[in-house]
Order: sequence, then C-alpha cells, then structure tokens
Amino acid sequence: MKNRIDERFARLAREGRKGFIAYLTAGDPSPAATAPLVDAIEAAGADIVELGVPFSDPLADGVVNQRSAERALRRGVNLATVLEIVRRIRTRSEIPIVLFTYLNPVVAYGFERFAAHAQRAGVDGVLALDLPLEEAGRYRRILDARGIRSIALIAPTTPPERVRRIARHARGFIYYVSRTGVTGEQRQIAFDLARHVRTIRQVTTLPIAVGFGISTPAHVKEASRIADAVVVGSAIVKEIERCRRPAALPAILGRRVRQLSAPLRSR
Amino acid sequence: MKKRTCSPDRRGYFGAYGGRFVPETLVPALQQLQREFTRARGDPRFRAELRAMLRDYAGRPTPLTFAPRLTEAFGGARVYLKREDLAFTGAHKINNCLGQGLLAKRMGKRRVIAETGAGQHGVATATVAARLGLQCRVYMGEEDTRRQALNVFRMELLGATVVPVTSGSRTLKDAIDEAMRDWVTNVRNTHFVLGTVAGPHPYPLMVREFQRVIGRETRRQVLNSEGRLPDCLIACVGGGSNAIGLFYDFLGDPAVRMYGVEAGGLGVRSGRHAARFSGGRPGVFQGSMSYVIQDSDGQIRTTHSISAGLDYAGVGPEHSCLYESGRVRYDSVTDREALEGFLLLSSLEGISPALETAHAIAYAARIVPRMKKNQIVVINISGRGDKDVEIVRSALRRRTGAR
Ligand SMILES: Cc1ncc(COP(=O)(O)O)c(C=O)c1O
Repeated sequence: MKNRIDERFARLAREGRKGFIAYLTAGDPSPAATAPLVDAIEAAGADIVELGVPFSDPLADGVVNQRSAERALRRGVNLATVLEIVRRIRTRSEIPIVLFTYLNPVVAYGFERFAAHAQRAGVDGVLALDLPLEEAGRYRRILDARGIRSIALIAPTTPPERVRRIARHARGFIYYVSRTGVTGEQRQIAFDLARHVRTIRQVTTLPIAVGFGISTPAHVKEASRIADAVVVGSAIVKEIERCRRPAALPAILGRRVRQLSAPLRSR
Repeated sequence: MKKRTCSPDRRGYFGAYGGRFVPETLVPALQQLQREFTRARGDPRFRAELRAMLRDYAGRPTPLTFAPRLTEAFGGARVYLKREDLAFTGAHKINNCLGQGLLAKRMGKRRVIAETGAGQHGVATATVAARLGLQCRVYMGEEDTRRQALNVFRMELLGATVVPVTSGSRTLKDAIDEAMRDWVTNVRNTHFVLGTVAGPHPYPLMVREFQRVIGRETRRQVLNSEGRLPDCLIACVGGGSNAIGLFYDFLGDPAVRMYGVEAGGLGVRSGRHAARFSGGRPGVFQGSMSYVIQDSDGQIRTTHSISAGLDYAGVGPEHSCLYESGRVRYDSVTDREALEGFLLLSSLEGISPALETAHAIAYAARIVPRMKKNQIVVINISGRGDKDVEIVRSALRRRTGAR
C-alpha cells in the first residue's frame, strides 16, 4: 500500500535533503487551532508532522509536553477529536502524519476500530511510546493491514543485538531517541549520537530520524549530518504555551520552524 | 478446573494481565533486573544475606497475634492478626525494600529512587538506602506530602531527598510517573525501588517474592497454634503487595478463602473511590495491563481514599488474574467504614492500624460475624497507624461537627 511517509523519504533521498519532523500536541491550544498550525509549519518547511494524542500520564514526556497534554485534555480532546483533526488537515494537505501516543487511549478506543478510522482519516504512521518490541507484534499486524506504519523507537540504552531485532520489525522509519531521558529541551546533544546511528545503519535500510531534546538550529544541523530526519517537539510546543494571542500562533510557529529547519536547506 | 495460581509466564503475563509496557529506554534495565533477580533468587549467599537482614534488622518473624476481644465482638471465627505493623519502620514495605536494596547493590547501582503515597514505602526505602549506603530520592505527590508531613520529615532525617510532585492529580500515580521519568533519565546508575506488585515485568513477580515471607510465616504460625490452616484471609489492596504476600502461599489450598479489600472512598457510586474491580476496567497503565480506573477515553481518573496508600488508579496484574479466576474475592469499604475499623481495633486490641489496614478490619467486621466459631480468620495488619493519627483526628472532628 502506498504511504505518504515512504513517499516523503523517497523524495528526500532523491533530492539529497534531510527531513524536518515537527511535533505538536493535537488540540493544544484548541481542537480548531491544530489544522491551521499544521498548514503554517508545512509552509515553513516541515516534511512530516507528528501529532501527539494527549494522555493523563505521559511518563516519557518532560514538563513542556506534559503541560501541553493537560491543556488539550482540558479542552476535551480525545482520540476521536484527534482523528477529526487529521481529517481536517487532509482536506488541504498531503503532509505525512504520524500519531505519537501512549497505548491506553488507543486500547480504550478499540485497536482495530482505531486502525480502521485512522486509515480513513489519513494517518500514515503510529508511534506508541510505551509499546516496546515484545508487546508490539499484534498491534503492528493490525496497523500493517491498514497500510499504517508502526514506528519503532531505539534508545541509547538499546544493546546492539536488540537494535537488530527492532530494526527487523520496523516500518516506515526508525526513531532514534537521542538521549537517555524524557522529551524536552536540552543544551547539548549526546556526544555518542553518531556512533549509535551508525550501529542502526548497519542493520537497516530504513530512514533514521533522531529526536528528543533537539531544540536549536545548531542541534538540527549536527543531528542531520548523520540522520535522515530530525524531530523537534518541545521547542515548538513551548511557543504554544508562551503565546497569549492564539490568532498570532500560526505565524509564530511558522517562524520558529523556518528558523529551526534552516540548516537543512542551506548546505 | 480453573487454575488456582497465576504465576507469570516468561513475558510477565498473569493470564491476560501484566507484560512490560514502557519506553524502549527502560527495557534493557528491566531485562537486566529480571536476570539479576532470577540469579539472586537462586544464590544461597543472597538468600542468606536477605534472611539475616529480615531477622536482625527488620525484626522478623513478625508475630501472629490472637485477638480475643475482636473475636468476641465479632462473635464468629477466631481472629488472628499478622503483625506487619511490628516490622521495622512500621509496615510490610520493609520486606520488599530490603530485597530490592540488596539487589541494587548487587547490580552496582549507587542510587535508588522510589515513589510513595502514605510515605511508608518512602520511609522504608530511605531506611534501607541509609543502611546500605545508597543515595536516595523519593517522589511524593504534593497532596500527599501535606497529608503525611511527618513521614516527609522522617525520610529527610534518614538522608533522602523528597521531591513533591506537582503534575497531574499530585498523588501516588503522579509520583510513579515522575519516578519513571527520573529512571528513564538516570537508568544507568539508578535502581527504581517500586513499592508494590504493579508496574512492568519483573516488578509484580519480584515484589511478590519479597513479600511472600508474610504468608510463609503465617502458615507456619497458624499451624503451630491451631494445628490447621485458616479458613479465611483478609488484606487491604492498594497495588496489592501486602495482600499477595499473605495470600500467595495459600493459593494452592482451595479451602482457604481470600478477600482483598479496596478503598471504597465516598462510595463506589459517588465516583470518588479507588475500587478498581467494581469501578474500573482493563487497560495499560504504568507499565502493565491490569484493571485501572479510567474514563471512556482511556484517560486515567483521579481516585479518592482517606488512606493515601490505597488511593491508586491501578492494581497489580496478578490481582486482576486472581479476580477473573475467582480465586480471590475483591470488595471495597468506604472511608467511613475504615474509620470505624481503625477505632474498633484500637479500642478492643490496643492496636492502632494504618488507615490502609483499617479497610481490612472494616471488611472483617462485615464477614466474620457470619462465620462459625470454630473457624479461623487471619487479617493482615499491613502497618501501624501512627502516621494517620492526625487524619483520624480531623475526620472524627468533622464527624462530630456534622452531627
Ligand atoms: C500500611 C500499608 N498498607 C497497605 C498499603 C497498600 O499497598 P499494598 O497494596 O501494595 O500492600 C500501604 C501503601 O502505602 C501501606 O502503607
């Protein structure tokens, strides 16, 4: 089945470019705001968008994303709302969309029902943070049947033999967690990033994205030297938290994404 | 025939419940923990060291105390109390902390972290950390640091750093989230001393094994004094560690009935409770598949109980398995009933139990009067009530005021 993630990475490879993946919590600051924000970041140069499904107990997230999820939950956002947001984005954009979620909201929705609805809405990939290799099998098969890529995480603590096994079952691209920790900004990116990414390269032909803690243009530049795509989350979400005038937000996020992704354009 | 026990399979499943639902970063640490725990369990030196610590440091075995006046008041079965309140630091939590502390040392981890609700597990972890020379940080919901201020000070006296958690509902579940975040960040030098039989594999199995000493001793003690097995066991269920600790060695004896008592809070119908089996449904929460109190969207709901240690949305996966197999019966009592239980045991036996434990007493008051006089019941006194005296005082004031 054709898939926008695959197509985007193929195009990036053809053009000799590195991808920029932007993360947003769906429904923050409001359900209606997300589609225009995605328009803005796409226009600013984002290649793929990751939409966070808000969860009450986001134990892999730092405070910026935690608060973002809390705001969305206060607005009554649930998985159905998130799929509705995806449908709205699809009325005007073909940007690849990955849902970034914890497992329980999806289990509560019904996993098969979710996969069917996600396919219809135009979701291209699902990354479940608390679903490691050993638990992922039956969920991956359900997503496979719908042509949705089940994105796997690899961490700095993952030993080489396990990297190989994760890579063998990976779909779409591999998400390398660039640091031992939760999401959030950081001052420096890990010194051993290149070595880890090389280890993954040896066992897969899939594209590799690097994320968690990438928060400045310098980080983007450094990470893109070795990865095929770079993910920025908290540095974007923080702008949403800071902004007091929702109407100005698309312009603000657009500017931020343009600034962060600049190193990927000028080579 | 239904399977009586639910011992987990290789992937940590008790029937349909359990597993390991955590971010990839933690998986290798959990695998290492599982390996080390399995090795330690088979290592006579580790076992001897733990046994010696339990005896010489924690004061085990704890007594099994006959309760004559409670027996008379109930007018049913003969009531025995398993006195975990007499274990060092005042609750069963020390059994698990000593085991995990020794394991942390064995794995070469110099730093331990823990979550705590009532503060009992935090105090026990801080104690063991001091004794073993480990650095210790305890996460506690801000709401609970207020409810249990004295225990916060105790932990600090023991050299631990207590971090008030201000995210989410500011109670035990948020403290566990925050401890997990710390662990994800510092996993290379840190061991997470989870205080109950919940969380990702191997915690439900490992904590059970460290708490089984309660049931093993009880079995020996009751055989000694009564010459036969008890008819009935009662324990409160937060995450479920004191309950499984007492129950486990009796699961193979079909004549022994077992009751797990959850926090009914203001009543299950009020929506303000922590009764996972009557008010929750299966879901994935904090590392495992188990019953959890959640809304229709799968968001974890805020729970309520007069006792911080039972005020938790999740429950250990083995209990979910035992619930569905019918081997253990789960029921709940309200805050108000628990308060009566506290007063009853205090006035009749001179033992003020923890408010968690008071739930088990209250449930006993409901079922023991219907039992026969020649039957035997054992109630797990999971902890002592000193920490709760202030809460009981203000609850009683409110009650008199309301009259
Ligand atoms: C005295 C006491 N009993 C019971 C509990 C509940 O935990 P569990 O169900 O794991 O025994 C606690 C937890 O803090 C406690 O302090």
